[in-house]
Amino acid sequence: MMAGTLPISYYLGLSALLFTLGVLGVLIRRNALVIFMSVELMLNAGNLAFVAFARMYDMLNGQIFVFFVMAVAAAEVAVGLALIVAIFKTKRSIDVDQMNSLKG
Amino acid sequence: MTAYNSTMILAILPEILLLVLGVLVLLFDVVWKGEKRRALGWLTAGGTALISIVTLLIGRPGEPQSVFGGMLRFDWLGFAFKQIFLLGAIATALFMMDIEKLSRRGQAYALLLTATLGMSLMASAADLVMLYLAIETTSIPLYVLAGFLLDDDRSAEAGFKYLLFGAMTSAVLLYGFSLLYGFTGTTSLTSFVGSLPLALGLVFLIVVGLGFKISAVPFHFWAPDTYEGSPTPVAGFLSTASKAAGFAVLLRLFLTAFPQFVEQWAAVLAVLATVTMTVGNLLALAQKNIKRLLAYSSIAHAGYILIGVVAASKLGVASVIFYLIAYLLTNLAAFGIAAAFGRAAGSDEIASYAGLSRRSPGLAFAMLVAFLSLAGMPPFGGFIAKVLVFTAAVETGWVWLAVVGVVNSIIGLYYYLTVLKVVYLYRMEGENEEQYPIPLTRPYALALTTLSIAILVIGVLFAPWFDSASLAALNLF
Repeated sequence: MMAGTLPISYYLGLSALLFTLGVLGVLIRRNALVIFMSVELMLNAGNLAFVAFARMYDMLNGQIFVFFVMAVAAAEVAVGLALIVAIFKTKRSIDVDQMNSLKG
Repeated sequence: MTAYNSTMILAILPEILLLVLGVLVLLFDVVWKGEKRRALGWLTAGGTALISIVTLLIGRPGEPQSVFGGMLRFDWLGFAFKQIFLLGAIATALFMMDIEKLSRRGQAYALLLTATLGMSLMASAADLVMLYLAIETTSIPLYVLAGFLLDDDRSAEAGFKYLLFGAMTSAVLLYGFSLLYGFTGTTSLTSFVGSLPLALGLVFLIVVGLGFKISAVPFHFWAPDTYEGSPTPVAGFLSTASKAAGFAVLLRLFLTAFPQFVEQWAAVLAVLATVTMTVGNLLALAQKNIKRLLAYSSIAHAGYILIGVVAASKLGVASVIFYLIAYLLTNLAAFGIAAAFGRAAGSDEIASYAGLSRRSPGLAFAMLVAFLSLAGMPPFGGFIAKVLVFTAAVETGWVWLAVVGVVNSIIGLYYYLTVLKVVYLYRMEGENEEQYPIPLTRPYALALTTLSIAILVIGVLFAPWFDSASLAALNLF
């Protein structure tokens, strides 16, 4: 069977699954890097849905959206990693539970 | 194929000029050395003021129209919000000038201008692609600005927390956009066709994304930490212009994409507004740090502004815009005072404000104006703004919501007055305030004077501002 003949619901199901895994990862994991990976998973769930819908409508705009999302995600992670490095320098840890100098 | 015409240039005139100014700032950052670099702040503030004037003179929209293949709308709504953002950027640039570690580096100003550029695009975006890109163009420079003082681990932590929440909520928003695209078959903002449960699901995903931007409860956890840790002028910018941009998107998105489900999403937002106001005000009561107090106060204000969105009428939208103008002036002044005081006194604790009325009568008076306006006292801008949102709510039948708003304003009054009590009635230990004056440098004096006068003017002569807000509101109906 060709990939194009799979019903759209399969793709959407997978995308929903990825999204849920991403949300759980962000909420449960305490390592800053793993949290970032989970955010990427959520973004890619959105990307998958976009591509699937673009295929369904036979239109390009959904696919183009995905390019922009990838560029944005890369920029976001670059800033995030810079901040993680800065925090690691003083705290020697990237556990988000250790980031508690601000509270109240 | 559409040819380029002058309307397209006019539609993005502020964005083009902001980009040019940003490049200029980076250029002079390389050329100017030493103490001369302080002038980068004047360049940024003056340039932004010039952009605002040029846009007011030649960049006025006529009939609402779509430009760049439907990517942007060129209308009064976007225009009004762009002026709000430019005003925020001017004041923030002035406040940044005398924070040593920020102002000697041109990147800080360039990031500020880039964020303003992103906000301007947010206010006029009419396509999901454009909207997503604009939101991220705003957010990413702000993450960097919040964590700008890398050698101060509180600032790095503030930036990191902001980024973590921002990345997560923007991913949720993106997932919502992907489903919205799936159910409408187009990325341009058009009326959503589909069943009610689907629409509510999408509304939920979008509210998560935008609730972060406007710091509505329960998406507010980042706000107090980020405001406390980030440089004070940046916190002021986050709490005003960034919040206003979130509301611009919220209004356009909901009134364009889900007009037929207005009753349902208004009910969702009404609950959100109630929780936001109440939690914000109650948590503010216990705060000891002025920046955290202002953070919770800004959360509560997001709740008041949401009341205007819930009304979803012409008056509702106009009241939201008016509230955002009044709130921007007031809260920028409040954070500017906190920045000026924190710089001179080296503390953000409310207790250290004791005797301020003797140490610097001018600063104390500006604080009186700003805090009474935040509390919603006449004759200041905050009073008219609150009257307008509550009127809009009552007019559309949301009487209980208006009552909740009024009760919350009274709770709010308590903690604003508590701060003023410390400023005016308490004295420093030793009662020798005259020996510890708070010097105000020229940028602070200029910005705080202008903002205080503006708060008073907008509260007394509110008709012209309200007319402009109403004109902008018409574009959504």
